[in-house]
Amino acid sequence: MNEIIELKKLAPQINLLELSVPLITQKAEAGQFVVLRINEQGERIPMSITDLDSKTGILTIIFQEVGKTTAHLATLKKGDVLADVVGPLGIPTHIENFGTCVCVGGGIGIAPIHFVAKTLKQMGNKVISIIGARSKNLLILEEEMKNISDQLLISTDDGSYGHHGFVTDLLTQLLSEKVKVDFIMAIGPVVMMRAVCGVTTPRGIKTVVSLNPIMVDATGMCGACRVTVGGKTKFACVDGPDFDGHQVDFDELIKRQSMYLKQEKIAMERFEKMRVGPTKGGAA
Amino acid sequence: MDMKDRLKIPRQKMQEQSPQERIKNFREVPFGYTPELAMKEAQRCLQCKKPVCIDGCPVEINIPEFIRLVAKGDFTGAAKEMKKTNSLPAICGRVCPQEDQCEKVCVLTKKYEPVAIGHLERFAADYEREQGKVEIPEIAPPTGKKVAIVGSGPAGLTVAGDLIKLGHQVNVFEALHKTGGVLVYGIPEFRLPKSIVQAEVDYLAKLGVEIKTSSVIGKLWTIDDLFKEGYQAVFIGTGAGLPNFMRIPGENFNGIYSANEYLTRSNLMKAYSFPEYDTPIFSGKNVAVLGGGNTAMDSVRTSLRLGAENAYIVYRRSKKEMPARIEEIHHAEQEGVQFHFLTAPIKYNGNADGWVTSMECIKMKLGEPDASGRRRPVPIEGSNYTMEVDTVVVAIGNSSNPLVPQTTPGLEVNKWGNIVADEETGRTSREGVWAGGDIVTGGATVILAAGAGKKAAKDIHRYLENV
Repeated sequence: MNEIIELKKLAPQINLLELSVPLITQKAEAGQFVVLRINEQGERIPMSITDLDSKTGILTIIFQEVGKTTAHLATLKKGDVLADVVGPLGIPTHIENFGTCVCVGGGIGIAPIHFVAKTLKQMGNKVISIIGARSKNLLILEEEMKNISDQLLISTDDGSYGHHGFVTDLLTQLLSEKVKVDFIMAIGPVVMMRAVCGVTTPRGIKTVVSLNPIMVDATGMCGACRVTVGGKTKFACVDGPDFDGHQVDFDELIKRQSMYLKQEKIAMERFEKMRVGPTKGGAA
Repeated sequence: MDMKDRLKIPRQKMQEQSPQERIKNFREVPFGYTPELAMKEAQRCLQCKKPVCIDGCPVEINIPEFIRLVAKGDFTGAAKEMKKTNSLPAICGRVCPQEDQCEKVCVLTKKYEPVAIGHLERFAADYEREQGKVEIPEIAPPTGKKVAIVGSGPAGLTVAGDLIKLGHQVNVFEALHKTGGVLVYGIPEFRLPKSIVQAEVDYLAKLGVEIKTSSVIGKLWTIDDLFKEGYQAVFIGTGAGLPNFMRIPGENFNGIYSANEYLTRSNLMKAYSFPEYDTPIFSGKNVAVLGGGNTAMDSVRTSLRLGAENAYIVYRRSKKEMPARIEEIHHAEQEGVQFHFLTAPIKYNGNADGWVTSMECIKMKLGEPDASGRRRPVPIEGSNYTMEVDTVVVAIGNSSNPLVPQTTPGLEVNKWGNIVADEETGRTSREGVWAGGDIVTGGATVILAAGAGKKAAKDIHRYLENV
């Protein structure tokens, strides 16, 4: 249990992690997440589920190196065992036959949107996917997204591939083409989800977003993950992580996500120093 | 020794770290009795024919008997005696509100100070453990019955300890990565060393209790899954739920924590050892803790140890109404905590980056008693003032955790989401399902949870004999 079956780079700083967690794969559904802890000194970090195979018991996670813990995780090897993998957590994405769905994924958010898009497709929806990244070399899962989408649109911020600009440009264009869209799911950086909702709110198209606030226990005890939705405090770990994007206070979420920037810098610098030294990476 | 001589002995105090020293570390505050002090204190017990102290104990320890054994120097015997009814004496000796239970009814209190039952309980349990004298008690032959316990806090551990001794197979499912529930995530090291909790957990494991950590019931398995897996009875002791907030403007500014989060970061995740441990905590120079219970005292005393220059308790009633233990309030006062009684925050102010900078408060006065029997605080109009704060810890209680009720059809909950359970037996509306501790009562104490576990264990045993 908790053994790393595969860990490889998909793009600079972006890694694919396969874990053997048979029990979790029996229960997990699209939209849910797990909490990982590398070792005894480790912090508990929530990770979206990218895919799973209940026959082999393998759970797939795609993660970006954004701080000390994810940088450490990226140094682990096949066969290493994580101290803890907890899940599945959160309420699964509500999926039914909506009709025509648009799945918007930005950056690392393409990983969880892939699982949602795949499930929407299995339920008989028409799936139009819009994926974007800063640059071509950071764009992940293009082939996989193409395979499960009726139509795939791509953007890069720097224009190195696909549309030069943002996913919201493609979404705006699509919606102005009089395509009747019944449901939109957007997963990515908070600014992207905010921008998507900026496009869909005036048009009145239901838009669900998956939020990723800071969490500690992630089982409905600590309250770290509180977000304001429709003027009310909600707890993303048990009330979410999916919420009606038109109701979410994204600005507050952006500020709350920055709470530990100073400490994250300290931890990262310390980790870099230790990595240069003789200590080898690996789960203790 | 005759009665007169016994009455002449004053109540013995435990030595403790000085306040100046202890606010710089997380080590336990009192050092505990020496064997000499313990025997001296034990001699104060009058060995009443009809001991009322036992009625004051939610787990009915035979108090005069264990104290008699301490008095004659048989400390291991004393520990064994306590463990007949209490699986967690080293913990209860530290965190029980004895002044409201066994010691409150001690006959000595009429004219003298009560026997220090809590200190003696702690001493005997520590002695047994430290001397490596912990013995495995007699365990009944296997019954072939399987019990699942959800949550490894004081309620769950008590049920586990009682049922394993009766020969049942007991599996405990814990959502967190460590066993002990509130004993490890909530109560700080300086009040309850984690090594002691671990020793009690190890003891249960030695008796044969199997504990699965990182296993979230309601997600990984539902209660119904557990029955399908062959469990004949399930006890739910999932503890505190989502934290309550004041519902005032600015509550989600950075720097504002629930006590659950603040304490979990510090205790369970060892954020006080950041960056050796990865979990960070922000604890500033001016820390206000809202509330007057033990959790508030734990939080405010933690903030001092994390470097606060001003640590405030902001409580809407007066000192008299504070639900915290007297000893905890006393320790907090010694450590320099500043108390703002009859004060309630009405609004947080923050900066452009989203950090709390100050808190607007209003003074209160006490009006008529409310449903809890305590005088209701009423705001004094125009008494508003502003406190500079960079950290706020909200310690005003918890609501319920939704994971088990949401996924257990037919399990009755009240309007606050707490599981409805019979007070005497812990039985819920679902056949074969018991519940106890904070998930039933809302935020209460370790010993009440243990007491509820005790009653439930008895009833589960009766039930298992007939299935």
